[in-house]
Amino acid sequence: MTVETPTPAPAKPSKGFLINSTIARITSRSLIGRRRFLLLLPLPLLLIGLAALADGLGARPDEWATPVLVGLGFAVVLPVIALIVGTGVLGAEIDDNTLVYVLATPQPRQRIVLTKLLVAIAVTVLTAGPGLFLAGLITGSVRLAAGLAVGGAVGAVVYSALFVVLSLLTRRPVLIGLAYLLIWEGTLTNLLSGTRVLSIQQYALSVGDAVAHSSLVTATVSTPVALIMSAVVTVGATWLAIDRLRSFSVAGETS
Amino acid sequence: MVELSGVSRWYGNVVAVNDVSMALGPGVTGLLGPNGAGKTTVLHMMAGLLAPSRGMVTVTGQPAWRNPRIYADLGLVSEREAAHGFLSGEEYVLSAARLHRLPDPKAAARRALSLVEMTSAADRRIETYSKGMRQRVRVAAALVHEPQILLLDEPFNGMDPRQRLHMMDLLHHMGAAGRMVLFSSHILEEVSQVSGTVQVMVAGRLAASGEFRTIRRLMTNRPHVFAVRSSDDRALAVALMHEASVTGIDLDQSAGLTVRAGDYGTFARRLPKVAAETGIRVRQLQPTDESLESVFSYLVAS
Repeated sequence: MTVETPTPAPAKPSKGFLINSTIARITSRSLIGRRRFLLLLPLPLLLIGLAALADGLGARPDEWATPVLVGLGFAVVLPVIALIVGTGVLGAEIDDNTLVYVLATPQPRQRIVLTKLLVAIAVTVLTAGPGLFLAGLITGSVRLAAGLAVGGAVGAVVYSALFVVLSLLTRRPVLIGLAYLLIWEGTLTNLLSGTRVLSIQQYALSVGDAVAHSSLVTATVSTPVALIMSAVVTVGATWLAIDRLRSFSVAGETS
Repeated sequence: MVELSGVSRWYGNVVAVNDVSMALGPGVTGLLGPNGAGKTTVLHMMAGLLAPSRGMVTVTGQPAWRNPRIYADLGLVSEREAAHGFLSGEEYVLSAARLHRLPDPKAAARRALSLVEMTSAADRRIETYSKGMRQRVRVAAALVHEPQILLLDEPFNGMDPRQRLHMMDLLHHMGAAGRMVLFSSHILEEVSQVSGTVQVMVAGRLAASGEFRTIRRLMTNRPHVFAVRSSDDRALAVALMHEASVTGIDLDQSAGLTVRAGDYGTFARRLPKVAAETGIRVRQLQPTDESLESVFSYLVAS
């Protein structure tokens, strides 16, 4: 057996790409291969099915559109998919100790976070988007469908950034994320008017409403506020995630 | 190449590593210690995956913590790290080569896989591998960029004797080629076969460091305790008390003799002679404190 004498550092200089295709490929394959992810697929189908059922029974859209599109689509389908996907791209790899593989390379940490965030957003949009779009189409018009899809995409971005950073702040991101969705998004923002400006669901609805111009979808925050807050939360969460990943510690011997 | 100065690491109020300083250069070094001695914590701090609570860890002169650039010169095979089961061995090593931005990742992956003798199984998914195969493919991924520094946490775990021999050979060659190889082990035998220098850790502290032979001598020249059974324990005890190498004897009717010897070698040579001279038949001779822990605790006390 022979071992070559060390060659002087052959690595190419790290260029300024914000994402890395190898990380993206491994992340998406590992995400789609997880059983937890497959359990999500019925959710958009349920949304479409309910809309089709209500429509088929001949009820007027304004009687059922809000509970189905907002109550199910924006309050359950979108955030739950974003939660499972967003915690899956990073949190699941922390759980099963595969993250060290990527961390033990000179890849800049911002590139790892941005790549994984992009995968999370793309998968969430591709999973939840068609369901929202089709449900909108069944309920009303192409315009409503487009509004729901755009609003859903905005929600996917903000939720994904939030759940990715959550994976780095706690070892129980799914549990904490679920509690956040149920308690904060589900209950408090409906009871306390002051907290509505801090609801990702309201940002998504507000943007969707601006595109759809429909009385079926309404939000409690104005569109400019929704856009600015979405950007602030996304950038802040992503920045924090990058910083936390730089300080990522493997679990200790005694823990 | 890797330097620890006054490094401690604690979790809450549990101290995992306590004021450890060491400087490691080219060649193979064994990090020896019983389980829970802090070996993994030390390796993770060297690899920049854990912040020291106190002190400084540097890799090729740069701080290891929050500094991904060190991975251009460093490869890590962590015991705690898992491989993606859905990738084939080749995809796994090739992806590592791409993540290191090597100019020819395919050639680098092929070379690394052949070094660990995993070429024939390279297109199988990792989830179908045995533990030893997984370990080897992770070693291949860790040295695909030909790092100057290779850190391995219990690399021989789960390997059969032939794979173990091959891995030892590989580490030995890397050390001879001027790289720094540090591997942890709780098995004295493994360390003695691969490395010239040893760092011994016990309970978070660096108990001894230096040439393996020096430490080996330290270990064999310490007081030893033996359980002896013979045809006439009492007569043997009387005869043994005349021996300079014996420092104490307990006599127990049911359990036989417990002999404390000050010098391993001399006692081992004298016992058969004494038995022959007195006509006593020795039925059993058993070292009672040969566990690594007792060796370690002796080293710490001295």
